[in-house]
Amino acid sequence: MERLTPPPARRIVVGRDPNVVAPAPSPNGATTAPPPASARLRTERSPVAHVRERMRIESVWLAYGENWVVRDVSLPVRQGEVLALIGASGSGKTTLLRSLNRLTEVTAGAARAGRITLDGEEIHELEVNALRRRVSMVFQQPNPFPMSIFDNVAYALAESPARGRRRRRSAELEQAVNDALRRAGLYEEVAEDLDRSALKLSGGQQQRLCIARSLAAQPEVLLLDEPCSALDPISTATIEKLIVGLRESVAIVIVTHNLQQAFRVADHVAFMHLGELVEYGPGEQVFDRPAKQRTREYVGGAFG
Amino acid sequence: MATRELTPAPAGLSVMRPPRQGSASWPLVDRAGYWLCWATGVALCLITVAIVVFMLVKGISYLRPSLFVTSPAPSLQQSKAGGFFDPIVGTLIVTAVGTLIAAPVGVALAAWLSEYGRPSRLARAVESAIEIIAGTPSVVLAIFGLLVFSQSFLGFLSETASDGAVTGQSFLTVGVIMALLALPLIVAAAREGLSQVPDRMREASYALGKTRARTIRRVLLPAIRPSIAEGVVLGMGRIIGDTAIVIILLQLSVTKNEPVGSVPVLNILRGTGSTLTSYVFYNSPAGEGNAHQKAYAAAFVLLMIVLALNFAVIRITGGRDRAESRRRRLLRWLRP
Repeated sequence: MERLTPPPARRIVVGRDPNVVAPAPSPNGATTAPPPASARLRTERSPVAHVRERMRIESVWLAYGENWVVRDVSLPVRQGEVLALIGASGSGKTTLLRSLNRLTEVTAGAARAGRITLDGEEIHELEVNALRRRVSMVFQQPNPFPMSIFDNVAYALAESPARGRRRRRSAELEQAVNDALRRAGLYEEVAEDLDRSALKLSGGQQQRLCIARSLAAQPEVLLLDEPCSALDPISTATIEKLIVGLRESVAIVIVTHNLQQAFRVADHVAFMHLGELVEYGPGEQVFDRPAKQRTREYVGGAFG
Repeated sequence: MATRELTPAPAGLSVMRPPRQGSASWPLVDRAGYWLCWATGVALCLITVAIVVFMLVKGISYLRPSLFVTSPAPSLQQSKAGGFFDPIVGTLIVTAVGTLIAAPVGVALAAWLSEYGRPSRLARAVESAIEIIAGTPSVVLAIFGLLVFSQSFLGFLSETASDGAVTGQSFLTVGVIMALLALPLIVAAAREGLSQVPDRMREASYALGKTRARTIRRVLLPAIRPSIAEGVVLGMGRIIGDTAIVIILLQLSVTKNEPVGSVPVLNILRGTGSTLTSYVFYNSPAGEGNAHQKAYAAAFVLLMIVLALNFAVIRITGGRDRAESRRRRLLRWLRP
């Protein structure tokens, strides 16, 4: 497995907060830091045979209007692993995520500097809708369309399916929809009535439907923006298992506020603070042996 | 108001209710204002009841089933004046033409204003234009229509006399002007619907690689179907009830529908005739026709149609859940 050296991270100069107990100065001596990894359960995962880089974020700056909300971030996005972006509110992680399929452009006044590539091609040079089919996104709030479960997934797939109940469902379309629902682990629960309105599903089911919808178009990268923050613990566990299982076939980037979740699902973790990338590394390293002072404070619960 | 009886409280517990709010402690001005508001509400109810009861009594007493199927005939004797078959057909034609024009145009306008709206100056101009049309008295629209449609190059819409003069009066021209009447209502309802679709719905569609146009067509428009239906039904109510446009753009004295030309369907559309509103006006004590009783009967039918449309709006906007549950019950019954 080719391992990238962690990209250069800029150090944030912050005054020491007098109320925070000063952690041990040595970078690896996490004596007062969080409990060891063994104390927390990672989501069960099978090893992935082949990890390869799909997207690369190189010295990216992002702005809304006058403010740079992401500053000089560089990260690799690899298929075969889950990359978690963590950080306090306003750290720019969601903006960074949205820039990966150019959804930032929906907001007026968005600007970017630096390179983001998908399989070596600058995403700005790709046709935006083609890009978004390859780099799909699931949002914080489950947002199924007000249609049937079937139509929700079929919409993502088909170029122009006939509308309404008289729709002639081709066997292919049906197969593809069922496959997507199966990959999202929803098929068993909804198979008996795919014509049911998607809005009648529970929150967790709706979110899995959204994942199914995103997977239907066979994306190469799946972006998840706090996908579980509106869900209960059981739905969350289901979705986390799903995310880990999917990482072999799609590259996954997940933004989360929930540190335990980041630890459970992520292979690599990137910690952002005030728009800058503070630390990037394997999950165990970032959580148990953080190299940076800020990271130690954040994962230790000192702020955030 | 009657409150439901509570089951008896467990022994030893007394049920506490919020104390009744009296107006005794209010200043006189507040009390007077309160009673004024109360009185206006009651008065409005009384007026509504009066309209319905009056039309019911007057209308039903003169209403005969035969009126619906016989054509009007010019006669001084009430008994030989025929029925209002032609006006009913006329109303249907005008409503259909007006709605068929206004609905797609209105929805398109709403979609453009809400989802694109650029350049914003143009959008503001379009909004103002719609407001002005909404505020224009229908008689002004009608006169304007007469002016436009009597141009010789628009002769195909109505009748051209032997000397080459174009009347500008036909069901088609009425329908076009009626569409202007319904348009603002449809635009407003559709925009209201679009503004209630949360942005995350749009983002979800964009994130799947769908264009803005496809998002509008496949996600937004289906989502706001009830709003569109509401606007269309309101617009239909406006069209059915309007009198001025009909009187000016269809000749008032004509009571029978008169086709123009020989092409089927088109000949009726190009022809003139009457609608329920012009029939009521013509035959009322204020008009020239002399069939007052039939005017009352027709007015009653008109009121019933408009009331039915109002109930349809309520069903569409408020009764969706019930309709959905009924549909699902039906489906369950079909596949056990």
